[in-house]
Parts: sequence; structure tokens; C-alpha cells
Amino acid sequence: MSAPGSEAIVSEESGDLALARTGDAQAFANLIQRYEGKIFRLAQHITQNREDAEDVLQETFLKAYTHLDQFQGNSKFYTWIVRIAVNQALMKLRKRKTDRTVSMDEGIDTGEDIVAREIATWDPSPEEQYGREELAEILDSAVQSLAPAYRTVFVLRDIEDLSTEETAAALDLSIPAVKSRLLRARLQLREKLTKFFKHKGDDAFAYM
Amino acid sequence: MLTCKDFLSELSDYLDDSVDSEIKAKLEEHIKACPNCWVVCDTTRKTIQVYKGQTECSIPLDIHARLMAAIEKKCAERGK
Repeated sequence: MSAPGSEAIVSEESGDLALARTGDAQAFANLIQRYEGKIFRLAQHITQNREDAEDVLQETFLKAYTHLDQFQGNSKFYTWIVRIAVNQALMKLRKRKTDRTVSMDEGIDTGEDIVAREIATWDPSPEEQYGREELAEILDSAVQSLAPAYRTVFVLRDIEDLSTEETAAALDLSIPAVKSRLLRARLQLREKLTKFFKHKGDDAFAYM
Repeated sequence: MLTCKDFLSELSDYLDDSVDSEIKAKLEEHIKACPNCWVVCDTTRKTIQVYKGQTECSIPLDIHARLMAAIEKKCAERGK
């Protein structure tokens, strides 16, 4: 998570944080503007629903605002709000009576699922095979088909670009648990995407 | 020699470049000899890349406006 210029961003952020703690509304608005897009995307990925995602977004920043004095400053502000957002999003899922696989521990397979069934090379650039929107739809629906326990880890690590340690802290999981879930999430997504992106020539023998 | 299952269980760390050099050498030795694992490794790397390429995270204007209104309301309540 260290992009060029990230030091300047961090110091600007700590300035905004210090001011926001004193009740400076503009400083808090700056913090919102920096992270609202990422938090909204994260909420959409976990809840799979735009309306719920908007609720999660509002609840996250309202909670952050009212509990800013509890932010210790020993983690990044972003990690802190991600943690709030993940909890809010999981609560939304639990409230949905139809969704039974909402616990961070449910839907976890028992070690026997580290397999690769679809073995086929992909076209050199899958991005060019599909239109932008169509590609986004394929990627979203693949993520949505993962169990929440895997989906949440994948979204934090590979979409939001949090480190393994930050993801573990945000989800209250051990580092081995994060790694194991990430591996399974990546392998399951690979299977799903291979169905769309595989090099067509590899099917040639299927017709014989 | 590593089995394919051994390889798969290290794949994620390998792609994140967080395995030590000894394991890395063993994984690379396996991949050279095992076309299936090479394909799985290559397509898993592409899976990660294709998601990372989706950097779009702008927020719809109406949702931003409602968020700011909710925060302003909270500010006003606290200010009372």
C-alpha cells in the first residue's frame, strides 16, 4: 500500500484527523472524500446490494464521526473505517433472512477444496474479449458467488489492496486464516473465470 | 519433489512473493515439470490482475450528497 507520494498523503491525512478530532467538519469531510468511493465499493461487494451498500456507507462514516476519539492512531485510519464498514456490511447480511451463509466462519470448506478442476490456458488479454461493462459483470458475479468468508477476504486483499496483516486486523482473523481463505477464494475465482476466459482452441478436442 | 497439492497450497504466497527463497526454488522446479500447475499458476495470477485492473471506485453523486447530508445532520445534533 505504498504508492509514490503516499507519505504526503499520510501527513495530510494526520492533519485532517487531528482537526476532525477537534470537531472540524471540513477536515472530516476531507477524510470522507478520500475514502467514500473505496468504502462504497467494499460495501457493495460484501452486501451485493446497492441500497444496503449506501446504508453501510452512511453508518460507517457516522460511526467513525461519533467515535473518532476512540481511534487510537496505532493503525491507519483507512484500516479502522474498513473494520467498521465490514462489521456493518456483515450485519446487513445477517439481517437478510434468506441468506444463511453470513457468518465469517460459515461456508468454510475443510481443506479438501484446494483443487484445480478447470485446466485451460486463457486468451492473452481477457479484458479485450469482453466490453467494459460485460467484463465488470462477469467479475462481480464471480465474486458474489463466493461464500462471504472468502469473499470478504478477497475483497480486502485483492480489490482494496490491504496487506495480509491489515486484513487480519480488520476481520479479527489470524494471519494463517486470512492466507488460507485468500488461497481458496483465488482458486475458486480462477475456476469460475476460466469458463469465460479460456483460450477457445483448448476446446477443440472436446468435439472429437 | 513437491506434489501438485503441495504446490497449490503455496500458490497464493508464491504469487504474493512471500515465500522464502528455498521454497520458491522448489515451486519453480515443480512448475517447470508440471504443465497443469503452470496453467493454474498463470491463470490464478491473471485472475488477481484482472481484478486489480478494475480500479473504478467513484461514488455516484446522489449517494455522496446523501452521505454528506447525514453527516451534517449529525454535526448539527452534536452542536446543540
